[in-house]
Amino acid sequence: MKTGIERREFLKLAGIGSVVFASGLMGMNGLGHAATPAQDDFFFVQMSDTHWGFNNPAVNPEAGTTLQKAVAAVNALARQPDFIIFTGDLTHTTDDEQVRRKRLGEFREIVGALKVKNVRFMPGEHDAGLDNGKAYQELFGETHYAFEHKGVHFIVLDNVSNPGSTIGDAQLQWFAAELGKIDKKAPLVIFTHRPLFDLAPDWDWHTRDGAKALEMLKPFTNNVTVFYGHIHQVNHHEADGIKHNSAMGLMYPLPAPGSVPIKAPLPWTPSQPFKGLGFRGVDAGKDRAYALTEYPLKGE
Amino acid sequence: MRGITIPLLVALLFAVCTVAMTASPALAQQDEQVVTVTAKQYEFSPQTITVKKGTPVVLELTSLDRLHGFSCPALKLRSDIPPGKTTTVRFVPDKVGTFPFHCDNFCGSGHEHMIGTITVTE
Ligand SMILES: [Cu+2]
Repeated sequence: MKTGIERREFLKLAGIGSVVFASGLMGMNGLGHAATPAQDDFFFVQMSDTHWGFNNPAVNPEAGTTLQKAVAAVNALARQPDFIIFTGDLTHTTDDEQVRRKRLGEFREIVGALKVKNVRFMPGEHDAGLDNGKAYQELFGETHYAFEHKGVHFIVLDNVSNPGSTIGDAQLQWFAAELGKIDKKAPLVIFTHRPLFDLAPDWDWHTRDGAKALEMLKPFTNNVTVFYGHIHQVNHHEADGIKHNSAMGLMYPLPAPGSVPIKAPLPWTPSQPFKGLGFRGVDAGKDRAYALTEYPLKGE
Repeated sequence: MRGITIPLLVALLFAVCTVAMTASPALAQQDEQVVTVTAKQYEFSPQTITVKKGTPVVLELTSLDRLHGFSCPALKLRSDIPPGKTTTVRFVPDKVGTFPFHCDNFCGSGHEHMIGTITVTE
């Protein structure tokens, strides 16, 4: 979306980071909101599906440096984000537990070079699906948690630490309790790895008990945005007033849902290195609208 | 009281018998088509299953290594396939076509390739 870029250009021109911004984004804010306190405005970055350890030169001959490039690209942003969130598949699957730990450790070391130190993580099924999140938890801690930032509630849900792509009853109970603490009118952002809705059940692009979580979110209608990964491409979906946004991946793109029989990674395009890979900036404010800026990963 | 109790008991017995009959895999109906499917990292065998519309099908699923899953969303079929036992899935195909199925329990590096199709003919 253009709005996010315009906004940051405007902030840059204004020479200050926290001026009140007036945009026509989704028709929700605008000049009428010019009185909103400046501190409500913030910016975060979503990085996803870095698949550290992936090795297939036909798909990504630069697999060993793609994550470092992404880190450098985020560090080079004119406006540094308030925080960065990785929405899962930090590493690529291995059946070897030792290799899994090694990859998770290497990933952590590489992203340690991010200038922003407020970095949040969650696992993908590649990190946690084979050992119920054991190795992930050793290195990164809890797989589901909640936090607050400038009046926005964020909840990280784990729908991967179980091979069957479920959130599970215990976590759903925790989720209900967290939701119980939140004002139904307050803006709420959910981070997951897999989509909570049935995007493409034939490709396992869903959460088996996702409907239970979505049901719990109904009282929050029009205040909820979900950011997820897993599908390695941008997809927007809105249902029951909940906006679902997937992100590009940072190792290989995947085909559009249901477009081909097998969801194999798309091959590398030599004339367009890193095509389809990137991260996104999210401009957030109390207006509950999020301006998304997609940053493609470039070859240089 | 007795007049009420006896019919209730009969009804209960009847209910138990009905449940037992439908739940028992041993009592396969004669016109059922039995298809044996094995799952292992990272393939199903067979990968293509052909059945007939209207003829009841029994899928007998076995895993040779670890937990896999069998999911065919178009036909609303799904089951876990734990190793060490045979899992039975029964259905009556009610539409003609080719419907993909896949393993839906993340099982390792080749998980994405554990797919197949059910073809329902007229
Ligand atoms: Cu499997």
